[in-house]
Amino acid sequence: MNIAVCVKQIPDPVVPGKLAADHTLDRAGDAILDDSDAYGVEMALQLVDKAEGDGEVILISMAPDGAVKGLRTALAMGAARAVLVSDDALAGSDSLSTAKVLAKAVDRAGGVDLLLTATESTDGYTGTVPAQIAELLGWPALTFAKHVELADGKVTIQRQTEDGYDIVEASLPAVVSVTAGVVEPRYPSFKGIMAAKNKPVDAVTAGDLGLDAGAVGWAGARQKIVSVGAAPAREAGEKIEDDGESFNRVVAFLEQLKVV
Amino acid sequence: MAISKIWVYAEADGDSPATSTLELLTKARELGGTLEAVYVGANGSALAAGLGDHGATKVFAVDPGDVLPGVVGAATLATLIGEHAPDVVLFAQSYQGRDASAALSAKLDRPVLTNGTDLRVDGDNLVVGTAIFGGNTLVDTEFEGDGPYLAVIRPKSFAAEPAGGGAAEVVSVPAADAGRAGEAKVLSTFVEEREGPKLEEAVVVVSGGRGIGSAEAFGPLVDELAKLLGGASGASRAIVDAGWVPYSKQVGQTGKVVKPKLYIALGISGATQHMVGMKGSDNIIAVNKDGEAPIFGIADLGIVGDVHKVVPQLIEAIKAKQ
Ligand SMILES: Cc1cc2nc3c(=O)[nH]c(=O)nc-3n(C[C@H](O)[C@H](O)[C@H](O)COP(=O)(O)OP(=O)(O)OC[C@H]3O[C@@H](n4cnc5c(N)ncnc54)[C@H](O)[C@@H]3O)c2cc1C
Ligand SMILES: Nc1ncnc2c1ncn2[C@@H]1O[C@H](COP(=O)(O)O)[C@@H](O)[C@H]1O
Repeated sequence: MNIAVCVKQIPDPVVPGKLAADHTLDRAGDAILDDSDAYGVEMALQLVDKAEGDGEVILISMAPDGAVKGLRTALAMGAARAVLVSDDALAGSDSLSTAKVLAKAVDRAGGVDLLLTATESTDGYTGTVPAQIAELLGWPALTFAKHVELADGKVTIQRQTEDGYDIVEASLPAVVSVTAGVVEPRYPSFKGIMAAKNKPVDAVTAGDLGLDAGAVGWAGARQKIVSVGAAPAREAGEKIEDDGESFNRVVAFLEQLKVV
Repeated sequence: MAISKIWVYAEADGDSPATSTLELLTKARELGGTLEAVYVGANGSALAAGLGDHGATKVFAVDPGDVLPGVVGAATLATLIGEHAPDVVLFAQSYQGRDASAALSAKLDRPVLTNGTDLRVDGDNLVVGTAIFGGNTLVDTEFEGDGPYLAVIRPKSFAAEPAGGGAAEVVSVPAADAGRAGEAKVLSTFVEEREGPKLEEAVVVVSGGRGIGSAEAFGPLVDELAKLLGGASGASRAIVDAGWVPYSKQVGQTGKVVKPKLYIALGISGATQHMVGMKGSDNIIAVNKDGEAPIFGIADLGIVGDVHKVVPQLIEAIKAKQ
């Protein structure tokens, strides 16, 4: 059982985001592993452990400037190897271009039975990449999984719905997007961190994957940002320190709104 | 090419169109041109009246059977688009809408714009407005190249208003064969029990965050206050991820968008991803022991205090009144 996991490397979300001059997200600074993808990595490690026979966890990432810091974190958690696509021609890629690149990278990884992704990335949050990859690979897409099981060449998930969940099943290979909180991501051990330094990262360009530069990056995005502006700010109102009686102020507010 | 035909990917809530679908139809009416719906699910004819009342003249109804509708829906949509050439297809940013729009985008090789909160026609083009950085910055994006333009819009971005049209004409269409990609089967469905109004529709929403301290505190503090005010209880992702409450209660970017008359945030810090889901509320009350918590920046009434002290007092005071 070989499980590939998409891991996005993103600017540290603790640093407030800003837009670069070309209106793309400013990606200056060291990219780190998107927390949302740590769940996929953990899930993959657990599933490979549970499955019979050999198997490994392979990371798939597209990132500018040959970024590997986030990959090393996931390798330290226990993944075996990574395919990293990095190419200036990919700057400005939209979700579909990104999916085209990642789908080719999955092909390149070889022998993948299951591809895990997060439901949405922290910085881009288009939420469409997983189902786009599935469509491009011709694999079933089982999205918004909050529980994943593998047995007899099939994957079965609990799929989040608006008011509960569905049990959804498909044969392998398949793409599964996992929600945050499905599992508790492990912390890399010291041994893991040391081992990660020597694990193979297959660094490739768009050309190596046979992708035409016109189909990805700015050229492939076929969309243009026409304006960027500040949203009307919501004003802060009254703020009071609780002195043991502040609930009275709340009651008065509720009465004014006629909700009591 | 002007925008002369708009399609809305319809979803159902029981036997009626989902509110998010009606919101899209209402907005699409304003953009002009022919307005039609495509519905992928069981019992499409039940939706004809509601869709028509909101402006759709026709609904293409596709019954996908027991598979997950997104992929098969996209394959059928692709065929229908070839025959009827809509200029725009609008989707709600829901689980089904996201699946279908993404699969369609890859199938047609067209970009898809997601997280939209506004739509406008500019000459031949469609402009999608999105709010980024927690809703502080507005970005307008337009499509380049060939249509159809695919846009995915967050629920509650527009108000749903009937136009008083007759029932939409129902055109039944067989589901396209999507091959292996379309085979993901829904084996069973679980609906969580819910008391009181739906979170997205409640007039009052009371949400709890990590500051309530434990799973056990949710009932007596959050649920209890919501019930007293005839509202629904919600949650931040922190306590959903911690397993204190089900995901269906999550408010925010990855959860539900709510716009109640009153939103009460208990022990919630006010992360940008939470705020995008509740910022549009008419009134906001926050209780948080940290006077610097970002939630106070958007609260009409902020109480700097301990939820374990303030909320029980508040509950007693309301009970005494009723
Ligand atoms: C891709 C992505 C998507 C996300 N989507 C969502 C989403 O949809 N919804 C969402 O909510 N979050 C979402 N998040 C998570 C978000 O970033 C925050 O982590 C989360 O909202 C924090 O929840 P919280 O406010 O309950 O917890 P915290 O940030 O830990 O805040 C707890 C607050 O409680 C206060 N407090 C503690 N004790 C008390 C007390 N006794 N009385 C009063 N106050 C007290 C503290 O001062 C603090 O302000 C998302 C994150 C990412 C990366
Ligand atoms: N550049 C990328 N490299 C690796 N994985 C990605 C990349 N972009 C998106 N993904 C995966 O797709 C998921 C959804 O991304 P998005 O559609 O951007 O919200 C992410 O959480 C990742 O798992």
